[in-house]
Amino acid sequence: MSETGYAASPRIRWTEWLPWLAGVAVFFLLPEYLLFGARILTYILFALSLDLIVGYAGIVTLGHSAFFGAGAYVAGILAAKVKLTDPIVLLVAATVAAGVLGVTTGAVILRTRGLTQLMLTLAIAALCLEVANKATPITGGADGLSGVTIAPIFGLFRFDLFGKTAYLLCLVTLLAGWWLVRRLIYSPFGATLTGIRENSDRMHAIGAPVYRRLLAVYTISAMIAGVAGALSTETNQFVGLNVLGFEPSGELLVMLILGGVGRLYGAFVGPVVFLIAQDALAKQFPQFWYLGIGLMLVLVVLFARGGLLGLADALAARVRRSV
Amino acid sequence: MDALLSSLVSIAFHGVAYGMVLYVISVGLSVTMGLMGFVNLAHGVFAMAGGYILTSSLGRFALPFPVAVGLAFLLVAIGSMALERGLYRHFYGAGELEQVLFTIGLIFMAVAIAQLVFGTLQQPVALPPWLKGQFPLLGRDFPAYRVFLIVVSGAMIAALWFGVERTLWGAMVRAAVDNRAMAQSIGINTRQLFALTFALGSGLAGLGGALGAEIIAVQPTYPFEHLIYFLTVVSVGGLGSLRGPFVAALFIGVSDTACKYWLPQFGAFFIYAATIAILLWRPTGLFGTRV
Amino acid sequence: MKVARILTVVVALFSVVLFTGHSVSAQTVKVGFISTYSGAGAPQGDQLDKGFKLFMKLNGDKLPPGVKVETIVRDDTGPNPETAKRIAQELIVRDKVQFITGVLWTPNAAAIAPLTAEAKMPFISANAAGVAIPYASPYFARVSFTLWQACYPLGQWSAKKFKRVYTAVSDFAPGHEAEEAFTKAFKEGGGEIVGAVRIPLANPDFVPYMQRVKDAKPDAVFSFIPAGKQATAIMKAYGDLGLDKAGIKFIGPGDLTTDDELQGMGDVALGVITAHHYSAAGDRPANKAFVAAYKKEYGEKLFPGFFVVGAYDAMELVFHVIRELKGKIDPDRAMEVIKQYKNPSSPRGPIAIDPETRDIVQNEYLREVRRVGGVLANVEIETLATALKDPWKQLHPKK
Repeated sequence: MSETGYAASPRIRWTEWLPWLAGVAVFFLLPEYLLFGARILTYILFALSLDLIVGYAGIVTLGHSAFFGAGAYVAGILAAKVKLTDPIVLLVAATVAAGVLGVTTGAVILRTRGLTQLMLTLAIAALCLEVANKATPITGGADGLSGVTIAPIFGLFRFDLFGKTAYLLCLVTLLAGWWLVRRLIYSPFGATLTGIRENSDRMHAIGAPVYRRLLAVYTISAMIAGVAGALSTETNQFVGLNVLGFEPSGELLVMLILGGVGRLYGAFVGPVVFLIAQDALAKQFPQFWYLGIGLMLVLVVLFARGGLLGLADALAARVRRSV
Repeated sequence: MDALLSSLVSIAFHGVAYGMVLYVISVGLSVTMGLMGFVNLAHGVFAMAGGYILTSSLGRFALPFPVAVGLAFLLVAIGSMALERGLYRHFYGAGELEQVLFTIGLIFMAVAIAQLVFGTLQQPVALPPWLKGQFPLLGRDFPAYRVFLIVVSGAMIAALWFGVERTLWGAMVRAAVDNRAMAQSIGINTRQLFALTFALGSGLAGLGGALGAEIIAVQPTYPFEHLIYFLTVVSVGGLGSLRGPFVAALFIGVSDTACKYWLPQFGAFFIYAATIAILLWRPTGLFGTRV
Repeated sequence: MKVARILTVVVALFSVVLFTGHSVSAQTVKVGFISTYSGAGAPQGDQLDKGFKLFMKLNGDKLPPGVKVETIVRDDTGPNPETAKRIAQELIVRDKVQFITGVLWTPNAAAIAPLTAEAKMPFISANAAGVAIPYASPYFARVSFTLWQACYPLGQWSAKKFKRVYTAVSDFAPGHEAEEAFTKAFKEGGGEIVGAVRIPLANPDFVPYMQRVKDAKPDAVFSFIPAGKQATAIMKAYGDLGLDKAGIKFIGPGDLTTDDELQGMGDVALGVITAHHYSAAGDRPANKAFVAAYKKEYGEKLFPGFFVVGAYDAMELVFHVIRELKGKIDPDRAMEVIKQYKNPSSPRGPIAIDPETRDIVQNEYLREVRRVGGVLANVEIETLATALKDPWKQLHPKK
């Protein structure tokens, strides 16, 4: 088993810079894929936020899209209806809004467990979806929110058709998100979370404020998801109802588990592999890509429960033993 | 006054018909989750399979309606047993997360396979003439099929309750739900019991999907689209309970119908809000004893 | 953990290898076709796809010498404007297409349109009927229909037949447009709307809504529901509750009784009155040949609906432009050709593009569902309007 959490050294190793190098390389080498890249980066940030609560705090949720959607809609509504179009201001506004939603719903659902909790997260997301669906004058309802225009970043960098600005914005935001999450999980706070995940009764017993810690991490996770949602609005200059649907939540969970839960870089590997596979399959066999995704999923949980990174660890361990 | 009364009767009637279907589909899920603590999000797949079996045996093979319904139950029960032995049992000890992921994977595959085999069109239900048209009752006309639906589901639910409350098998199931370790230690083969109960629950889902094909359209995205309703029935009703999901299903059926009738502009808002409120008030559901 | 990180990098680099661009020879015209292949909208998307494939099979080689057409098919997964916009953007930026066509859903087309204005990309709607979309992009043209085209004349006709009508439409832009068009014409003709209900787009059961309609005792119920399983479901609810026996006529645009769904609806659909531009039962020679070709390709028991014709005619228009420009596509010249387009022998009758609005000009037929030769058919009983331009744009010219 590899060392994670509080036990690990918090120093950033050189290998951890490689994803960022790859991210920059993509910008220069693959100008035609920047929009797709921006989407992947957005999903990585979204998956990171989910990993924080599922992987580190052990809260299973099917409704994380509520926060992504809240961020996306707040950014979209401010830009389209209030004409507040500065992308940085929108990111901040979305963070605050998602955070408020996170702390209020978290206060409720964290008092429950198991199926009830799962169901509550699902019902809250469904409720948000229904509100967005019915508040047609504000949200555009089922037709989606159009008329979103985003001002250039710092008045200089326009959001272009090729997604250059969007890609860089996503990359920089993800870097900030990654740094924050990394700091969190290597801190005493992160160690408390892992403790709660492993045995919450014992954490109670040693006097840790379990509920408050969970609420804090839930809120932070919601805020990061809200940022991801706002990024998606700024990249697409459009918000549709499906940001709040069950499918994004489900797919995100799939991506995370595919990469490996409770390990920082699972949230990187999962979306990259899933979205590329989806892109390739949906193009080649638009009717049946579901079959491929489903099969991949079942195989991963049957044979590689730690996700792709867990599989890699196991392989590496075997190689080491045989050498 | 007369108009109000007549709308109340309509809502009660249609709501009960919808609720009965929801219950027959979901009751198996309640038992599965209660007995083995298995989060089976793919339960809707069995209902969809039942629906497809019914529509194709009526349409393609022109079998009589009762035979088609029976087949839907039997084939789904047998198929689910194979799935249980082949796949599900590997996940009994696994965490919630793995179970969720595995069953979502099953849904994805089922959706794709349904598309491959049956195409994307909604399957038409070729009802026999005796189930079509209107059925006069107390001076009002009711759709004959929905009357039939209520009667048949009611009879089946009564049989199920009798089975669980009065037979040895039922006693063993109740014992295992209450305390699996204890049940095992007094010699109940819980694995086998579970396999049988799982098959029965899935078969019922298939039956519900078949009977309800007129109300809940059979098409490939079925397991995704209605998942939240099945889960709501189970969690609001309470895990491992028979009565709870029944009350919850009727509640959802009637209130959903009432909302559509009186407050169409609010849509499903009320259902979700009520679900959240009930779960906060009673986290174990209306009749459940544990999470 | 170290290995994990190395793997991360390998995957990232691998993705670089996967993304290799492809080059295109000068005489290849790339056409992006967007439809719905997964999710709840897949049945309709499949119809669109069938029209597209049928055209390519029958006419895919009718090109100037040396010119080739490459089609790129993408799935927008249903009424998901965000996905649709992203796909269109990818088609433009990554695949470098010269036309975008297909597009089933109005919200999706409305999301794509501003993009085509920015990218100067000819965008031909094969179905999406949202009435105001042409105003969002000068590079947008439509060969399908608008709901005003069907519902406005239907309202005028209904005012002569019925006094009291209840409207029940899906709660999204096309539903609102159908309701508005019908209500306006019907009221102008002296009719009374006794009630109006908007039904959520994602809905499993129509019975409560139809019960509400029945209890109001109107002469007719006007409805727009997206064609496909929803239309079938509302038809069933109409029959189950005995609205037909209560003397309430069912009327609406042709989306209610598409030719492919009609057989699944059963006898309850008999007598339903719709207004639309296309019926597989139309007796024009071009249509008979079209239906025969469709049946030969996809099976004797299947009928092409208006989605199929929309996609077929959209590809016909794309090929027309390619022929006119001899394979050298310049967006502005392409739009000039599109604005002058006339086709006297589409399966639905003569069609043209209105140069002012780039919207379709076509005939509207009044149809009744009848049993013809053992199958249900939308029999055209009257031509409601000839060479009809979109009425909404006549009332709301672009400022």
